Amino acid sequence: MGADAVFHVEGLRKSFGQNEVLGGISLDLFAGEVTVLMGANGAGKSTLVKVVSGVYEHGAGSMRLAGKAFDPQTPAEAIRAGVVTVHQNINDGVVADLDVATNLTLDRLSGKGASLLFKPANVRAEARAVADRMGLAIDLRARVSDLSLADRQMVAIARAMAHQPKVLILDEPTSSLSSAEADRLFSLIDRLRGQGVAILYISHRMSDIRRLADRIVSMRDGVVSGIFDQKPLDYEGAVNAMLGRKIHLDRVVARSSARAVFTAEGLQLAHGAKPISMTLGAGEVVAITGLVGVGKTALAETLFGVRRPLAGTMHMDGKPYAPGSAREAIAAGVFLVAKDRAASGIVGGFNIERNISLPFLKRMSGLGVMKKRAERVAARRQIDELGIVCRSEKDELSALSGGNQQKVMVARWMSQASRLFILDEPFQGVDISARRDIAAKLRASADGRATLIFVTEIDEALETADRILVMSEHTIVGEHRNAEIDLDRLLAEVAGGPLHSAA
Amino acid sequence: MTLRDYAIRYGFIVLLVGLIAYFAVAADGFASPQSAVFIFQSVAITGVLALGVTATLVVGGFDLSIGSVATSAMMAASYAMVVLEQNAIVAVIACLVIGVIVGLINGWLIVYMRVPDLLATLGMMFLLLGLQRIPTEGRSIATGMTMPDGSVANGKFSEAFLALGRHRIDFFIPNLIPVSVVVLVVLAVLIWFFLEYTRFGRMMYAVGSNERAAELAGAPVKAYKIWAYVISGVFASIGGILLAARLGRGDIASGNNLLLDAVAAALIGYAVLGAAKPNAFGTAVGAVFVGVLLQGLTMMNAPYYTQDFVKGAVLVVALVFTFALSGRGKR
Repeated sequence: MGADAVFHVEGLRKSFGQNEVLGGISLDLFAGEVTVLMGANGAGKSTLVKVVSGVYEHGAGSMRLAGKAFDPQTPAEAIRAGVVTVHQNINDGVVADLDVATNLTLDRLSGKGASLLFKPANVRAEARAVADRMGLAIDLRARVSDLSLADRQMVAIARAMAHQPKVLILDEPTSSLSSAEADRLFSLIDRLRGQGVAILYISHRMSDIRRLADRIVSMRDGVVSGIFDQKPLDYEGAVNAMLGRKIHLDRVVARSSARAVFTAEGLQLAHGAKPISMTLGAGEVVAITGLVGVGKTALAETLFGVRRPLAGTMHMDGKPYAPGSAREAIAAGVFLVAKDRAASGIVGGFNIERNISLPFLKRMSGLGVMKKRAERVAARRQIDELGIVCRSEKDELSALSGGNQQKVMVARWMSQASRLFILDEPFQGVDISARRDIAAKLRASADGRATLIFVTEIDEALETADRILVMSEHTIVGEHRNAEIDLDRLLAEVAGGPLHSAA
Repeated sequence: MTLRDYAIRYGFIVLLVGLIAYFAVAADGFASPQSAVFIFQSVAITGVLALGVTATLVVGGFDLSIGSVATSAMMAASYAMVVLEQNAIVAVIACLVIGVIVGLINGWLIVYMRVPDLLATLGMMFLLLGLQRIPTEGRSIATGMTMPDGSVANGKFSEAFLALGRHRIDFFIPNLIPVSVVVLVVLAVLIWFFLEYTRFGRMMYAVGSNERAAELAGAPVKAYKIWAYVISGVFASIGGILLAARLGRGDIASGNNLLLDAVAAALIGYAVLGAAKPNAFGTAVGAVFVGVLLQGLTMMNAPYYTQDFVKGAVLVVALVFTFALSGRGKR
């Protein structure tokens, strides 16, 4: 089978220092086929793309393009050889201040054989040819900054296709597009498939995958964990291979709760999404799981007052709860450990102690003046309880490992009692021992509050929660008590099974 | 701590002490109380402005309008007393109100109109430079001046107001310390305490370091940013009051160097004690450092036109200290 593949990757490895990110990837792409690459965060998808597109050098292994050895040293070399990548961030692929025509012909402005003078008429003629080949219906004189995201995406792809590549790699191209915009992208992809381009499509969105995939390759922890090319495609198997299923040494004893702390009725997160209703009880840990982009963070932010729901009501302890800001949510006893600690958690200029006290400065000051002793005591207690490895509470966060940084973020919000404690992807970039420490601490301290964690990895939910809710397409599609769980049903719900194919 | 850590932490202080020691030996009369007071007096106004701009640097912003706020305040005080024949209290209040209003407008432009801080305050700088000339059609304000309508302005700077610039307080030696130096020291202590020891100052640092984290920790980020510009505006207007009181007239040609000197002091402050961030103590030390250097060089007969070069060189060295040596500039 490898013989007639346009693009063939064999045993590719890549390490960053001690950390092996790709552990021997083998992959085939065929002309006129869309191969979908699935993988959770950190599975190594982006690294693979960067190796293939010439951004990174690789370790062991080899790549062949149309039978010839392919080993690009720079992105330009990869493009010239016929492997073109459209990266996730659309604006990396276009120059916003130039018009569409110039963008489409940008790559001819530099390099060998480029003429010294810029001839607008030539540029427009060339751009017209490219646009026609792609069926692109955009005003060529429009400035890219005036275009919608979808149109920019089209321009970026058209620009890539101006090289007439053999292989096109699309890295999460629909992550910021609406469904109507995505449809236009899909018809463009169909057109390219018809022209015999081999397409590698990276996405988390099951609806995209169902629409486009000819084959699915799942990645996990730097290796290919499953290849699915028998029609009809086994989507659940692909999700399963991507998320993996390990033997759980530390399964939890599921508790149930009698007293409701938080309730939501008819909460609608996105246009066209089914409303969410749920109840969270005192003392229980509930995990919400689902693929990236199904609205987990949107739900977390809605509960924390950072985002407004389109419809629906919420209650805390029976009283109406409609926070207009993080400040109001905190005052009501709702705390959030936000996703992506570097961007939305850690204050880089502050040490551990000051990072922990950040939300509760008012409670730790008198007449506006900080009580440094109270701050230090609170920080030391948290360092002790969560087992944060550091020299003292005065350490800068940059001196800590990822796991310990995350512990500080959790410690920040555990230093005061909450009614509803929300953690969005608390185990991201966290080593296994820190993850266990955090999960154990969450469960041990759960009494008297409702705890809600959002995780993509099903393992993490199984290890931490009493109850697991599954999200898909901005709504909750399943509920499981974490005891004798039906994993097949759970995986089917994560993969957005036939029940929800209408959405 | 390694030698490098010591160098980063105490390098600038050692440099300052060394400089003072050198001038004390090399320049006659440098090591006297009068000379020390003169240094403080020479940096009092830029120091006050620098402390104000430090507040905006703390929240991750910048205020380029401080120089023109100061000169506008100076012109307003002069206008109030000379043309409108008001007393010192009215003049001072008018200046402070200008500072507050400009700070609010700057904050509003930056927070709600989303104009980048440098551009918003640059625009405000130009606006004020022009505005302060309109009431007198571009003339300086002094007693006896002819107004645009042909009348003569007969008001005078009140004695109480002039005292802010000229009165000296007894301190061991009679008539030693000028009021402006007292104002500088009091404001420096105030803003230092505010930034280091109150929860408001703490939150301002958090806003400057990671705005989103501060917001998710429940901080009213917009309000903090606007307050920072109000602080900056008020400090600049206090600087303007001191300037008017020292000059005794509303001189449209004065105050050209205020902005650059103040910003230099605040940025030099990054290097003091290896803070690598805006801080009130560092700003004060930075202002004094520049004062010492200029005073010493002047006493050693360095020509006046070398002053800006020296200040620029000090600033560049201080920035290298902050960003290259401590490696904390990049994050």
